[in-house]
Amino acid sequence: MDFDFSADQYGLRDEARRFLEKQCPVSHVREFLDDKAGWSRDLWKQMAELGWMALPFPEEYGGLGQSFLDLVLLLGELGRALAPVPFLSSVAMAGQVILAHGSDEQRARFIPGIASGDRIAALAVSEQPQGFGGTSIDMHATQDGDSWRLNGEKKYVLDAPAADLFVVAVCTGEQNRWFVVEEGARVTPQITYDPTRSAGSVVFEDAAAEPLEAPFLFPGLQFATAAVCAEMIGASEKILDMTVEYSKQREQFGRPIGSFQAIKHKCAEMATELEASRAAAYYACWAVASGAEDAALSTHIAKSYCSDQLAHLAGEGVQGHGGIAFTWEHDMHLYLKRIKTMQVFLGDGPYHRERIARIVGL
Amino acid sequence: MDLAFSPEENAFRHEIRAWIRNNLPAGWGEPGFEEPKTFEDRLVFSRAWEKKLADAGWAGISWPKDYGGRGTTLMEQIIFHEEMAAARAPQIFINFVGINLAGPTIMAHGSEEQKKRYLPKILDMSEVWCQGFSEPNAGSDLANVQTKAVLDGDHFIVNGQKIWTSFAHVADWCLLLCRTDSTVAKHKGLSYLLVDMHSEGIDPRPLKQITGDAEFDEVFFTDVRVPRTQLLGEINMGWTYANTTLANERGPAFLAHQIRFRNSLNDLFDSAKRTMRDGVPVAEHPAFRDRLARAYAEVEIMRYIGYRLVTSILRNGRPGVEGSIAKLYWSEMVRRFQETSIAIAGLGGMLDDEDGFDGGKWNRGFSMSFAQTIAAGSSEIQKNIISERVLGMPRGEVWAPKPKEKV
Repeated sequence: MDFDFSADQYGLRDEARRFLEKQCPVSHVREFLDDKAGWSRDLWKQMAELGWMALPFPEEYGGLGQSFLDLVLLLGELGRALAPVPFLSSVAMAGQVILAHGSDEQRARFIPGIASGDRIAALAVSEQPQGFGGTSIDMHATQDGDSWRLNGEKKYVLDAPAADLFVVAVCTGEQNRWFVVEEGARVTPQITYDPTRSAGSVVFEDAAAEPLEAPFLFPGLQFATAAVCAEMIGASEKILDMTVEYSKQREQFGRPIGSFQAIKHKCAEMATELEASRAAAYYACWAVASGAEDAALSTHIAKSYCSDQLAHLAGEGVQGHGGIAFTWEHDMHLYLKRIKTMQVFLGDGPYHRERIARIVGL
Repeated sequence: MDLAFSPEENAFRHEIRAWIRNNLPAGWGEPGFEEPKTFEDRLVFSRAWEKKLADAGWAGISWPKDYGGRGTTLMEQIIFHEEMAAARAPQIFINFVGINLAGPTIMAHGSEEQKKRYLPKILDMSEVWCQGFSEPNAGSDLANVQTKAVLDGDHFIVNGQKIWTSFAHVADWCLLLCRTDSTVAKHKGLSYLLVDMHSEGIDPRPLKQITGDAEFDEVFFTDVRVPRTQLLGEINMGWTYANTTLANERGPAFLAHQIRFRNSLNDLFDSAKRTMRDGVPVAEHPAFRDRLARAYAEVEIMRYIGYRLVTSILRNGRPGVEGSIAKLYWSEMVRRFQETSIAIAGLGGMLDDEDGFDGGKWNRGFSMSFAQTIAAGSSEIQKNIISERVLGMPRGEVWAPKPKEKV
């Protein structure tokens, strides 16, 4: 029984934190707030030199031969730094979907570019505000001899403005499956509530598409969902750190507000929500990475809990700061918006709880 | 990261599973089997069941072999508790204090003579223990214990009152926390005495609790003479020792509690599927369905938290400060779960016992759930511990009345 990360994995986390504190301070993140298609190419290039994009992929596809579990703490650090790069989308979501569903030949064709950072992939699932998963997908693929064509629009596609290729959830009539589109996608960048991130709508008009070999959206979607939770953990840790730190410095009534039980108990509740979210997110990452029989169930548990509890934590973080957190200059709103958007991305609490209910036979 | 059990651990699991299957009381857990309800009936029942466990060597599984225990590893203890929970076997009742609290405390701080005298009789169930900790004015503020033990020659004279003392009226011995020095800071003047409950001047009175049962007692001590040799360890070290006792209240049983909650949740799901509301089963009614699924998620997350606790003990030799976080998480979770369960009962929750919904078990569970957030360090105390010791936030000022302003 060992439910914790290895010394090497913690080592990578520490290295990533040092690197991002230096190369990606919030001042760097803020350079991209007004640019709805913007992201940090400089940071991306440095990350590629460190080999981060290659980490979870097998060596035969240009990777470093580590596993999805080795990504978990790194994703947290990128969340903590609000790093304006498409790492979650390209490496942890689309890349993992290709690895899980692609044939050997497809992996050999698509993954090396993703692993080197030269190509950026984005995951396109949702089509409507309340459409989170397989049952809400209307986009169909039509077969034309040996080739397939896609028509329709995907929305809320994270990092769409940065993407070179799209991994798209499509209904083929009888089943859902993943298709890859390299050419012919029309991207419209959109204004995001979380200004550190870019997203857009993607329209396909008779776009040439290629189905990944293994059918259905699972397990690919589970990797993506677990990865989102892992990233949320890092951002939430930062929210708690900031709130506790502020409470020790800010004085009212002649004493630090952190000495009042109203604030202390709030922070203790946040710490408890965070620890439970961490346990759920890390368990889901382990279950998905090791193909455990409760992989699906545990990702629904993790995402439902992280969605609701970490959104609550983020709100308490703003409240704990008081008026200063209501300003644009303070960084709390960036974290609040990060968590609020990830709360609904790939499924909100009620969506995932309905999935739990079905799996456990309610 | 590897959550698998080793082959040796799996073999141990099969051994204990087979033993439980062959030894559970006849008919236990089957429909129609009447579980003992009153305290007296439970007492008779648990004496028989726990004696059976003791005779087979399953009583002191966590105790070292030197003290007659089984000397199992942490993982084996966890597996034992898990299997007992999975089989819905009766929980340790009458011997709980002896095995989990008094025994380990005597092992840690008692003299060789005391160990030889008391430990075997805990293991073979010939003596029952209770623990005299809380008092009317020493609840969350446990260090405020006022029960006094004054040395008079070779005896301590004990006067005071304890409350929430489980099994006091049937116990042979009491692990008593009392004040031996009133002139020093309150946590520096406490000592442990091993008190014979049959002594003159001890008056245990059963305390009828929220459920109508009497699991606890109030205990009055009036000029009770306790031989000086009954002091445990050193004088005025009681607070330090008490903290080791309290640490034993949690531990390997955490994951077993999780399994019992999951059993209970499965029962609740069954009830929710056969109880109709607006023409559909409650389990399909969106508002309830969401709450039930949330309860499932929260109970599963308790298991994951348990794995993190176990890992922390295996890696560092002791649970980290996350113990308080785990306690706060699961006790608050139980409160929400029982709120949901009594909501499923609906109007059925207006009635109780044999007239109640599912025999009134959700009413009892709801009432009992308050014990989780109050006992063993209330949620408010846990939040103080988490904020001060985990997050490093400043300690609050001690409240004091303001001097009256001069007019």
